[in-house]
Amino acid sequence: MNEFRVAPASGLARAREDEATRYSRREFIKRVIASGAVASAATYIYGGLQGCSRQGPVAGFVERLVSLNVNGETRRVDVLPNETLAMTLRYKLGLTGTKLGCDRAECGACTVLIDDVAYNSCSVLTHSVRTRKVTTIEGIRGPNGELHPVQQAFVEELAPQCGFCTPGQVMSAVALLKRNPKPTRDECRHALSGNLCRCGAYDNYLNGVMRAAAGAAST
Amino acid sequence: MTYKLIGKNFTPPDVVAKVTGEAKYAEDFRVEGMVFCRLLTSPMPHARVKNIDTSEALKMEGVVGVLLPEEVTPVPAPNAPILTMEPLYVGQPILAVAAVDETTAQDAIEKIKIDYEPLPFTVDPLQSLFPGGPNARSDGNVGAQGLELQTLKWTAADFAQAGDSKLPLGKPAEEWAFGDVDAGFAKSKVVYDESFVTASNSHHSLEPRSALAYWQNGKCFVHGSTQSQSFVVPGLAQFIGIKPEELVYISEFCGGGFGSKGSAYPSMAIPALMAKKINKPVMMRISRAEEYYLGSARNGFQGRVKLGFGADGRLLAADMYIVQDGGCDNGFWDFRNAADALNIVYNPAAMRFRGVPVYTNTPSRTAQRGPGENQIACILEPLLDKAARDLKIDRLQIRRINSPNLQTKVGEDRRAITSAYLHDALVKGAARFKWDERKARSGQRKGSKVTGVGIGQAYHPAGFNGFDGLVRITPDGKLHIHTGVGNLGTFSHSGTARIAAEVLKCDWDNCIVERGDTRKHLPWNIGQFGSNTSFTMARTNYVAAMDALTKMKEIAARDLGGKPDDYDVDGTKVFAKGNPGKSLTYAAVAQRAIDLGGKYTGKELPEDINPMTRASATALAGSGLIGVAKDTLPVGGETPAFAAAFVEIELDVETGQHRIVEFLNVGDCGTVIHPMGLETQLKGGSVQGFGLACLEHIIIDPQNGLPGNVGLYQAKPPTYLDCPTQMQVDWVDKPDPTSPMGTKGIGEPPMGAAASALLCAISDALGGHVFNRTPVKPDMIINAVAKRPMSHKPLQVNTQ
Repeated sequence: MNEFRVAPASGLARAREDEATRYSRREFIKRVIASGAVASAATYIYGGLQGCSRQGPVAGFVERLVSLNVNGETRRVDVLPNETLAMTLRYKLGLTGTKLGCDRAECGACTVLIDDVAYNSCSVLTHSVRTRKVTTIEGIRGPNGELHPVQQAFVEELAPQCGFCTPGQVMSAVALLKRNPKPTRDECRHALSGNLCRCGAYDNYLNGVMRAAAGAAST
Repeated sequence: MTYKLIGKNFTPPDVVAKVTGEAKYAEDFRVEGMVFCRLLTSPMPHARVKNIDTSEALKMEGVVGVLLPEEVTPVPAPNAPILTMEPLYVGQPILAVAAVDETTAQDAIEKIKIDYEPLPFTVDPLQSLFPGGPNARSDGNVGAQGLELQTLKWTAADFAQAGDSKLPLGKPAEEWAFGDVDAGFAKSKVVYDESFVTASNSHHSLEPRSALAYWQNGKCFVHGSTQSQSFVVPGLAQFIGIKPEELVYISEFCGGGFGSKGSAYPSMAIPALMAKKINKPVMMRISRAEEYYLGSARNGFQGRVKLGFGADGRLLAADMYIVQDGGCDNGFWDFRNAADALNIVYNPAAMRFRGVPVYTNTPSRTAQRGPGENQIACILEPLLDKAARDLKIDRLQIRRINSPNLQTKVGEDRRAITSAYLHDALVKGAARFKWDERKARSGQRKGSKVTGVGIGQAYHPAGFNGFDGLVRITPDGKLHIHTGVGNLGTFSHSGTARIAAEVLKCDWDNCIVERGDTRKHLPWNIGQFGSNTSFTMARTNYVAAMDALTKMKEIAARDLGGKPDDYDVDGTKVFAKGNPGKSLTYAAVAQRAIDLGGKYTGKELPEDINPMTRASATALAGSGLIGVAKDTLPVGGETPAFAAAFVEIELDVETGQHRIVEFLNVGDCGTVIHPMGLETQLKGGSVQGFGLACLEHIIIDPQNGLPGNVGLYQAKPPTYLDCPTQMQVDWVDKPDPTSPMGTKGIGEPPMGAAASALLCAISDALGGHVFNRTPVKPDMIINAVAKRPMSHKPLQVNTQ
């Protein structure tokens, strides 16, 4: 697993460590191993942004060990109260297919499904999805690893260019086809309009969604 | 000519990873012990840093180190520095802080005390050219690559003479001319003298320029976001202060660059230098907002152009003056390219160009898709329509009569061009678009919607030469094409690799494209920019494959008898032409090359190849048959690519919004290597063109020098809803004679063609109103409809 650890040296990390101690360290490690997922000790949260008001550390902000349902698996992970789902996925669960293009819900590169609905994971708090089903780009292949019809159609239509927005485009298209299996081209265009593509591959993505929808309709 | 692979679609080897999320970009890598760094950036548009006190920050738990301007490799001015004590724009990095997490790093930045001495600044080139006006740099106000840094002021009389609505024509920094311009104007039936503004706009690459660096066994490893691979290495090594061979550079995927990540850029060196200082791997994530400061932008223009047309629409004389807003350091020479574009696309009988590149206290500028060519298309194409209207000529016809041809020469030194089929693109496009039918609908009104149609054209050079090719056949019979070109998302790294496969008649399944990592032993190639790959890499891969072919035939002749010329290849074996049974498989030839050693397996190398190629070929020596050569194929002049676009819109004259009803873009890019790849370039360029024409511009507050749009929602790259529901593309498919299989590039012209076609359609819907400005925003359209004055002054820049 693509796991990432940072030595717990910051104040926030120390707070987390204190809490972990309360669980009893041995218990904690046992539970982590039993769940098959390794929770990272990293307290890696994106602090300030140039030009944006930043959130400083707030007293009492500690990581809590939570269970998430990600791509059909239960993943145990330490999560800060202000941690976004995109950061948890990318930096604690090793799911780097979810991209961060803006961290401000402007570009859609971080789109994931939460209970089958498309969300910008950069703007969803991880704690808010504890009881929900999260699906990322890594979780939509078929049982034998075959590409999802949307992925396959995007390959056939040569839809990606640089590819950075592609996981988000795929996830928005998957969400659309779940709620509307036979969309018109114009409905696709509106459904995907929150996913920016600076390469300008919109026409090819639309071709891909229509191809995937047609394929599903014919089977 | 029929080819086995060229002109056929294929599934590029990197596309599946892009749809599955497995493609790893710079920020997707993790290294044990990695820390994070954040930048302290200037709050002022121009200042001198008097003192830096980091003591409080360094006391903080979790802070690992600080990197100061005096600790980084000095970069000679006026090139952009890595860190600076004299920031020249708001957001320029002054120092970096590394900590165990970003929050701590950012907290530490808050604790650093800096004394700034504010210095005079300017965000308007004309203000800087005014007598006594502020200089953006303390060492001058005018300069560019190839033009010495200097202080240049115009006279008060220059400004007074021009008034508010015309560009003053003060002393230029550069000037060239050919033909008798005055005589041309004298002969002209109509002459226009128009002043114009084209706004700077950001690149908006969706992947911010994050980078990860660490040191291991004396080498520096950098995971960067660049559209080029080998071309980045010398520059980045220089920024880091090491030899190129001490750098391991990985950029297998790049989330968009559009010119802004063409070569090494200074901020990439920060994590590498920090990692060296603190002896830990360093990840530097760049935020979207920071990308608007650090990520550079297209140069803006304030210009004036005088055009004289004969009664038949022929452009008899052109006189253009461009003042370039070049940002704060040496970025790119858009102003010169704009002049070449006027020269090549409209082929004037006589022309003069004058230009001044002026520094301003605004973010650095780099090339952006069609740098110069695409801005000027947005200005010149609507003026061509104006002439057509006044002369009562069809708008297609005025373009056809001025089209470039093989006799077209460029610049004062009258340089030759190698192919030009813009005329064919116009004819083909007009037929498919049904130009005559659609133009009859021009001006038709339904409710508040008015129909407009337009044609746009653009050009960009489409290739370089003199780089190296490197291929290898291994004893398993596979052909490895080593390419250092980069991965901008065009798939042309693999499209051009197919040139080598074509020469050796290999099945594509038997080919492996080696790229994206210096450890793959890559040759010296130019970067993936400037619409060049499909020409330059075709040549290099061709010469390397030809070298391999020669060696294969020599080995066959040596082992099986006869002369090398008695042999041919079929993709799996070298065989005697008269006796196909007399043959060696590629696998056997590769093994024989290893056994024979010397030049056959890279142990002896050509003298003229670049040291990088030499090192790569040496590393591969003994692993198979090596084909390696420098491209010394004949050069016939400049190789241009063109595009012609056709647009029909509905313009809502009450809201100023437009909807594109029909769109077609036709490329002249030589022989087509990869039709689907070409389609994506034509369409993608068009989408960016829609943004250039009507949406995108940077805004800088003149009072404080603060950027006004630092988010995607503010800076407005086009979305799905700004584009037509369906887009049409086509191409001319005529070979360029100086490319081995006739291929040349196409990336940039479709953008300028689409942008200018859209602007022409808007002008058409408004009965011929020409704005002489980009972008054309809804408020400008509403003011034009109401015949009210515009809300900006004619030459005002960086406005809302």
